[in-house]
Amino acid sequence: MSDALQSRHGVLLGFFYALRSRGLKVTPTQWLTVIEGLCLGLHAASLLGFYSMARAILVKDESELDDFDLVFAAHFQGMPEALRSIEQEIFDWLETPVAPYPIDPQWRQTLEQVDIEALRTKLEERLAQQKERHDGGSHWVGTGGTSAFGHSGFHPGGIRVGGQERLGTAVQVAAQRRFREHRRDQVLETRQMGVALKKLRALSREGQAEELDLEATIEASAKAAGELELVFTPPRHNAMSLLLAMDVGGSMEPYRRMVDALFSAAHAIRHFKRFEHVYFHNCIYERVYQDAAFEHGIPLSELQHRFDRDTRLVLVGDAHMYPGELTQRWGALSYYDQNEKPGLAYLALLRDHFKAAAWLNPMDERWWEAPSTRLVRQVFPMYPLTVAGVADLVKNLAKA
Amino acid sequence: MQTPFDKFAGTSRYITSEPLRQAVNIAVALRRPLLIKGEPGTGKTLLASAVAEDLHLSMLTWNVKSTSKAQDGLYVYDTVQRLQDSRFGDRDVSDIRQYIRLGPLGQALVSDEQVVLLIDEIDKADLEFPNDLLHELDAMQFTVTETGDTHKARQRPLVIITSNAEKELPDPFLRRCIFHFIEFPSPELMATIVRVHHPDLPERLMNQCLQKFYWLRELPGIRKRPSTSELIDWIGALVAAGLPLEDIQKGLPLAGALLKKPEDLEVCAGSSRARSTWR
Repeated sequence: MSDALQSRHGVLLGFFYALRSRGLKVTPTQWLTVIEGLCLGLHAASLLGFYSMARAILVKDESELDDFDLVFAAHFQGMPEALRSIEQEIFDWLETPVAPYPIDPQWRQTLEQVDIEALRTKLEERLAQQKERHDGGSHWVGTGGTSAFGHSGFHPGGIRVGGQERLGTAVQVAAQRRFREHRRDQVLETRQMGVALKKLRALSREGQAEELDLEATIEASAKAAGELELVFTPPRHNAMSLLLAMDVGGSMEPYRRMVDALFSAAHAIRHFKRFEHVYFHNCIYERVYQDAAFEHGIPLSELQHRFDRDTRLVLVGDAHMYPGELTQRWGALSYYDQNEKPGLAYLALLRDHFKAAAWLNPMDERWWEAPSTRLVRQVFPMYPLTVAGVADLVKNLAKA
Repeated sequence: MQTPFDKFAGTSRYITSEPLRQAVNIAVALRRPLLIKGEPGTGKTLLASAVAEDLHLSMLTWNVKSTSKAQDGLYVYDTVQRLQDSRFGDRDVSDIRQYIRLGPLGQALVSDEQVVLLIDEIDKADLEFPNDLLHELDAMQFTVTETGDTHKARQRPLVIITSNAEKELPDPFLRRCIFHFIEFPSPELMATIVRVHHPDLPERLMNQCLQKFYWLRELPGIRKRPSTSELIDWIGALVAAGLPLEDIQKGLPLAGALLKKPEDLEVCAGSSRARSTWR
């Protein structure tokens, strides 16, 4: 645990700031919800209980679970399972509830809305009860009269806990990092790609008129001297078209799975008005290809004809090649791609045809300083082929 | 001391993990909506009915579709019907209330008794949908604009929301929810779940099936990984067909119950072949 944080903010608030510095956007309201939970005894006076509770309140998405686990394991390393010290900390804080971060107006606002007195009473009651019983903290909702169900009791008896899973201590559980595969910056699952791509849209009304247009109905009825005239309008649809151009073969072979994931995502979400894909190798010259075997070429002039300016173009490739393929006439790698102009000129031509275009690169960003990659980046904005990268790209393309 | 939950262990048909049980508990105590995510087939939707059953509460379900609007969940004002009625004079059109139909959320809020409200697959709707619900879920009240009637919940409904992560949900909405991600069950938990559905399944058959099932899920190249419900169906089919244990050891009979995509069946067939040639 970072000692500086702990001494300044205490264990609990230190944890909160550790989460924030790790990039989890936890808010003061959420933090106060954690305190409310502690006052209600939802953590069952154990660190493991606190772990589950804090996780349920502070984490908003499975992609954040791993970061939460990492911070938790680092921060609470060596902390005893019983949570007396943390409870005392809250108790002290409730005595003099100063905003721990007074510069942030959000904090002050949030604090003003909280009934500190009520929280303190709850905590006092519970701590007193706990001492009497010496039960070490199996104090659950329903017996303290604090739950929404009061003493009639919350009896989800049908919810059975199955299996012989041993959970271990809180830090052990967190250190297992069971949610690692859900991290957003590493996972490249088709479905998550789809989620990212769905943000690319431009809504417009087209197709079957199904929705009643109230304004137009009033207008039409008034014109018809009160004779009712119902006017319907088509529902909103996504009018966005996407053209995906993929670099295949050669140095792209190791990234086939990643490109596949992107392709099937774009294909599967059925989200676009029109989604089409073409292939190229290393750089685009006179033509792109309908198939990955490069048998059916589409001249660029025809491509420009088929796809209007509103289409968004996304190129996927490693942009890693001999720089001459970009800068020299007749520099194309393939014998059949006789290029009169340098490759960069064709790329610029494509870029200028579309309102917005961008390049996705499956290679690690460390390699983006390679000469050919730098040249391509002068033409297209480049994003990493990760879920986060696709999300950034979509944001940029949608703005145009 | 036993917790109220543990008392009833072993009586039910819905089996879950300790963390999920805690998440339900936390959501109830803090009176926040519970957002459940997880792979398809991990029992997200069933959770709501299990909670409702155990609390002896009735349940309302709001199945969200791509065309759903937040307003529809509260009420629908049937303008077209009223206009038509005014044209033909069928009903008393001055009474607007007869053209107001409450949606599931509206019903949950006006109900005299506490109910469990399941908002199923919230991610199917438009991106703004969850944000439009924020006010009603916070204040637990709504106003019918057309009549000026305000309804405030007498009993705060227990709201359970499921999402398949097809779309990202907005942050302000997420911050108000208690979040739980249902992990795919471990083999031990899965065995318990299968037992509930097939209590008489011989131990060796069970182990063999689970082994095949988890092997299949880890197979590279599988697009739609089989889930719990598919495993249960598959075992049901195996039992019904009366296939001997050896058949399951050797290959993957009735694979169609587990794999729904032709491509996946091919991947599976390919890798079984590869395996047998190595041996």
